[in-house]
Amino acid sequence: MSTDTRSEPRLAASPEGPVRSHRRLPRFAPLGLYLAGIALGAGLSALTGFSVTSTVVYGVILGTAAVYLTSRTVEGSRKGTDRLVTCLVTTAFGIAMIPLVSLVYTVLDKGLARLDGDFFSNSMYRVVGEGGGAYHAILGTLIITLVATVISVPIGLFTAIYLVEYGTGRLKRAITFFVDVMTGIPSIVAGLFAFALFTLLFGNDFRAGIMGAVALSVLMIPVVVRSSEEVLKLVPNELREASYALGVPKWRTVVKVVLPTAIAGLGTGVTLSVARVVGETAPLLITVGLITGTNLNPFDGRMATLPVFAFYQLTQPGTATQAFLDRAWTAALVLIIFVMALNILARLISRFFAPKTGR
Amino acid sequence: MTATKAPTEPPSQQRVVRRPGDRVFAGTAKGSGIFILLVLAGVAAFLISEALPAITASAEDVPGGEGLGHYVWPLIVGTLLGAVIALLVATPLAVGIALYVTYYAPRRIAAAMGYVIDLLAAIPSVVYGFWGLAVLAPQLVPFHQWAADNLSWIPLFAGPASASGRTMLTVGLVLAVMILPIISAIAREVFSQAPALHREAALALGATRWEMIKMAVLPYGKSGVIAGAMLGLGRALGETMAVAIILSGGGAATLNLITSSNPSTIASNIALKFPEATGLGVNTLIASGLVLFLITLAVNMLARYIVNRRADFSGAN
Repeated sequence: MSTDTRSEPRLAASPEGPVRSHRRLPRFAPLGLYLAGIALGAGLSALTGFSVTSTVVYGVILGTAAVYLTSRTVEGSRKGTDRLVTCLVTTAFGIAMIPLVSLVYTVLDKGLARLDGDFFSNSMYRVVGEGGGAYHAILGTLIITLVATVISVPIGLFTAIYLVEYGTGRLKRAITFFVDVMTGIPSIVAGLFAFALFTLLFGNDFRAGIMGAVALSVLMIPVVVRSSEEVLKLVPNELREASYALGVPKWRTVVKVVLPTAIAGLGTGVTLSVARVVGETAPLLITVGLITGTNLNPFDGRMATLPVFAFYQLTQPGTATQAFLDRAWTAALVLIIFVMALNILARLISRFFAPKTGR
Repeated sequence: MTATKAPTEPPSQQRVVRRPGDRVFAGTAKGSGIFILLVLAGVAAFLISEALPAITASAEDVPGGEGLGHYVWPLIVGTLLGAVIALLVATPLAVGIALYVTYYAPRRIAAAMGYVIDLLAAIPSVVYGFWGLAVLAPQLVPFHQWAADNLSWIPLFAGPASASGRTMLTVGLVLAVMILPIISAIAREVFSQAPALHREAALALGATRWEMIKMAVLPYGKSGVIAGAMLGLGRALGETMAVAIILSGGGAATLNLITSSNPSTIASNIALKFPEATGLGVNTLIASGLVLFLITLAVNMLARYIVNRRADFSGAN
């Protein structure tokens, strides 16, 4: 694998030969040059009709060129290339920030309009225009995600225990490999699976929240297995051996020693896996569908869920278009808040419940 | 991380004292593992059983009236096209981001920057669809027009340009943003694992930072980047909601990226048509889902195979 990394450094063979000069740019010169380039870009943009986009594009190109050319002239070509790559890599990071900032800004901008009490306390029952809310959809998302968690966590956790504590040979390798492959199943395929399963069992017209929960479980189980497995592997073997030495049966060792030691990591992993599925739309769209009223029974009838609610509010607005769009964006905002809250919760769990091992 | 490599077989297996509790617990654990394999087999089996009516039906009965192959082909083209654009845009960016976070960013804030990139992965796909439709598509309309005017000799930009920006090009860019955190997370992990001795040796011999990366980091991280890109590809192939919201078309198979009559993708076609489909229409959509499942399965298995060749590296985290 890494044999090619062992080739000896070939500095002397660098095409431009050794560094021609030892002159270096002053410490803040590159930054200054870059800013000068951006200022020039703004000027250029102003000539052709000012816009923020063209300012940034021209500015980054000119700034990079200014730094590269100056450094190449003063410090030599090797240093110049180094500075060029620094600029490019930083630009790549900056480019990735654009969609994130733009997305968060847009969702906040459009979603705050309807982020009020009504949104959380009203359903869409008999609402055709303004007003209404996502009470039914939020509850539906919570219920379906909860059922999916109840299905996934025991299966995923026991599988991880098997892989770490018991598994040997081909079965272990097969499970590891296919769990990895399962993480890549498209969510819509998981939805089709749940649909096909329940259609075969209960007939064509069966619709219930449990279908969505099963589809989400297919997506969630591999995440739970992988994260739990990583955490269980980190439990020091000395703890297990000490327990065996005291004559404790293996299963009690796992339950009383291994799992409590790893509880923080397990909690983090489960929380992140919930965050992974709470925003899933496609499998719920094709299994659970959407209703306007509130249905709290996951075993009978369609349910509303937040992502599907947002999707239909956006794509099938009624006559009062703006009211529908507002609700869609607010639902998107609430969804992001859910996911972010789960992510932060996961971080808090791993921080506050971390075991006090010597490592 | 040394503990991860410690053997996990307990030493108690020579003298077997099997208590009932042990047997039940071990059986439950093993059963769960086997259950997961059964689920994966079940996904394939149930899809096949529900897709069979469409596969065996006569050509006129399948929606479109010209057979299953004719129905699925434009969708396959659309799926691959969007995913490939995403991959071409996202991979270089992700490598740049990973290098920036691991070797260029100030040490103090590098971890926070990595976390910010990971936030991109936390945003639900339906929200990406909203953003693509409301922000990115209108922003790209001038570029579509420009490409149609100046680059129309390239088949990809043959035009006529879409006036709404809801095209395969926009979809590809949104997908690129969505798979960016996946590729960059894996690239970051392999780059940070590049042997410190190699890196320090390069720097000690007078290499600049870029020369150090070129000689010590990139060769080491190459297979990890490839695997990460393939995992991203698998994700882009199966992405549903963003495509379903942004893409307006439903046309024939074409490589033209900037018209408003692009073919849809398999996943978004299922999402949009499934709720209203009846009878053989359902079976046809499930058959197309089976095709998608097989494509992503192949891509993912290849990616996992490449990842697993590096024993000390786990791509799932």
